[in-house]
Amino acid sequence: MRHAILALACCAPIGAQTLAVKGETVYTMAGPAIRDGVVIMRDGKIERVGTAVSTPIPSGMRTLTAKVVTPGLVDAHSTVGLSGILNQNHDQDQLETSAPMQPELRAIDAYNAKDALVGWLRSFGVTTIHTGHGPGSLISGQTMVVKTLGGNVEQDTVRAAAMVAASLGEDGRASGGKAPGTRAKMIAMLRGEFIKAKEYAAKAAKAEKGKEPARDLRLEALGKVLAGELPLLVTVNKANDILAALRLGTEFGLKLVLDGAAEAPLVLEEIKASGYPVFLHPTMARPSGDSGALSLETASKLKAAGIPFAIPSGFEGYVPKTRVILFEAALAAANGLTPEQALEAITIEPARLLGIANRVGSIESGKDGDLALYDGDPLEYTTHSIGVVIGGRLVSEARR
Amino acid sequence: MLVKIAAPALLAATLAAFAQTNPVAFTGARVIPIEGEEIANGTVVVENGKIVAVGPAASVTVPANAQRIVLKGKVVMPGLVDSHSHIGQPEGADSSAPIQPDVRVLDSVNARASSIKRARAGGITTVNVMPGSGHLMSGQTLYLKLREARTIDDLLIKLPNGSIAGGMKMANGTNSRRNPPFPGTRAKSAALVREQFIKAQEYRAKIRAVAGDQTKLPPRDLGLEALVELLDGKRVVQHHTHRHDDILTVIRLAEEFGFKVVLHHVSDGWMVAREAAASKCVIGASVIVIDSPGGKLEARDVAFETGGEMDRAGVLVGFHTDDGVTDSRWFLRSPALAVRAGMDRRKALAAVTLSNAKLLELDGRVGSLKAGKDADLLVLSGDPLSVYTHVEQTWVEGKKVWDRANPQDRLFATGGPGAAQDGALMHLDECGGHTLEGSSN
Repeated sequence: MRHAILALACCAPIGAQTLAVKGETVYTMAGPAIRDGVVIMRDGKIERVGTAVSTPIPSGMRTLTAKVVTPGLVDAHSTVGLSGILNQNHDQDQLETSAPMQPELRAIDAYNAKDALVGWLRSFGVTTIHTGHGPGSLISGQTMVVKTLGGNVEQDTVRAAAMVAASLGEDGRASGGKAPGTRAKMIAMLRGEFIKAKEYAAKAAKAEKGKEPARDLRLEALGKVLAGELPLLVTVNKANDILAALRLGTEFGLKLVLDGAAEAPLVLEEIKASGYPVFLHPTMARPSGDSGALSLETASKLKAAGIPFAIPSGFEGYVPKTRVILFEAALAAANGLTPEQALEAITIEPARLLGIANRVGSIESGKDGDLALYDGDPLEYTTHSIGVVIGGRLVSEARR
Repeated sequence: MLVKIAAPALLAATLAAFAQTNPVAFTGARVIPIEGEEIANGTVVVENGKIVAVGPAASVTVPANAQRIVLKGKVVMPGLVDSHSHIGQPEGADSSAPIQPDVRVLDSVNARASSIKRARAGGITTVNVMPGSGHLMSGQTLYLKLREARTIDDLLIKLPNGSIAGGMKMANGTNSRRNPPFPGTRAKSAALVREQFIKAQEYRAKIRAVAGDQTKLPPRDLGLEALVELLDGKRVVQHHTHRHDDILTVIRLAEEFGFKVVLHHVSDGWMVAREAAASKCVIGASVIVIDSPGGKLEARDVAFETGGEMDRAGVLVGFHTDDGVTDSRWFLRSPALAVRAGMDRRKALAAVTLSNAKLLELDGRVGSLKAGKDADLLVLSGDPLSVYTHVEQTWVEGKKVWDRANPQDRLFATGGPGAAQDGALMHLDECGGHTLEGSSN
């Protein structure tokens, strides 16, 4: 029964096309929700949004109707497309352990747009994912931003290189007696490498034409981190490790994103002062190891402290092979966030923090025509996703 | 210092010694008894650990000496029954052999584990604690009541014949395939299991042949004794199985040897629902609800629809947490997501209460609010299938074992520092150094 849905192809020809969506409630995430709202899309973009009265649908335009309409959901941090559904060696490309620091590994060289989990996420309204190399080594590689179209990596990519993924604490520890074996060693290795990258960049900048230093993919990637072109996404959960990450960020003037951050409530002031945002652990993540102290209420504490955050699906090593941000946000809404704040954490906030809010995350004219349609409160367990629109095209009609 | 340590233990012992005597009446709530219709304004009276009355406020007389708990706007339902969990740090068989029926989870459970506290916070009052699925047969499971507990004995369920309630964990498919002496293929897995059951049949025949003459009994064999319990229907096989053909293998073996079986996980259960319904050996299915398919080959086709599909085919359906695969604290998500995928609401609610009680053969005691049954019940802030609802109180046998209004209890619902700590363990690394880690489930 589900095969038909997973196999849903999204390869209709691209061309001039229009689509209208009517919703009893339209959460634009750019101002208050619109009652009896209408969204009109043309050539992949949102052309108009407003009330049914102020936004008449041209006669003959294909029109979808839903109780609730939200922007297509944006997953702030996933590994889907690299960590495949079968969880066998041949489909796990999110982590390469031959060296502790491999920032040169590009996500676009591994992303499988046809993995069934891409379609699974899409069927619940997730239209954009920030995915790529996962936690599990000191620097595992780069990430990317992609639409969940299920076409191919070239067509679906929004941003080919988004961040460089790093891990501290247990996730950063190498096995088998290799370095880094301790927390202090992790930071020493990162500092050493960033200093090398700084010197490399300086040498390259000063060099006469033809006398540039030999290309070094690893140092080039770290140079982009130093230049603020690629933020450093640090998976880090314990309070002491969070402080170590902040220390590293300050020393090198990095753009940093704290990922996981289970013990963030213990160091809220420090995080707030750093100005760094948080990609929180999934609300329903298991409390174990470095994340033993995680809490359902951390999202609401971050909100109260004014720390920008998103709720991602994170990385899963076993079952479920991916989480769904719609469900994770729902539990946060049941534990301190308002439903609107929970929706923000899976739409406009991740879009801002990923630097793609000009395209996705809210329903505003000029943005991509990415919408999620539901037959009730999207966060409620028993509500169904009834339609998904990406680039102004209906890509899923599954009732899920 | 000594006094500080001894005091709570003493207090707990004192509380345990004085069972509830005065009746307690829960009034004003919407009552979902599971057996029978929902009651808009219901009264539940409990006394001495048992339910003595359930009904509309107008028809139930509250005893004069009863403590009244007024629950306007709340929902009262039976305590949840989880038919498959790994709370309490259970251990079963080791890696020495694929079939170890002599091993008992009883001899491993930590009654004070934080996972047990989190299960109470999720409203679970009865639970089947199982060893893992890395063996064809990994040992005897335990059916526990999540009473306040100092020791494992405080959690046990004693059956009328004096034995301790529990099943037998079996598995097939990929988890139990390993290097020798474990099986390398599915057919070998089935052959090893058949061999053992045939031995058990022969052992039972020898015992029967002595016709009561104790001096002629064969030497005791703990493993074969446990298998004879399966052959005699005194213990139920709780069988991990995912792929459609593996499910059919379980049914084939159960029918060959006549053991009673519950099919667990059943990722492909929707494909063979009719066969499961048709077998007299299959008590029912204990279904897992997972947020996405995959994670292992056998779970590639796991679906929210499975519970509903099997129910409609006539299979008795329960859900389970498989905690820590899913979390006991949001066990009610399972019936909710099943309803989302088309399952009948009443059947879905029964699947975490009465149907699960039937899968554990404990439905005479738990699973519904009915006079004479154990006073295991929950107070909920709203509808059980809403994400916004919280479990507010968990009662086991007439005693409140968890209360969201108590900050120390609440911690086990929300998480936070201390909610998942089970003591510090020292791990030696290969260089002779050590790291100190909090262990958790």
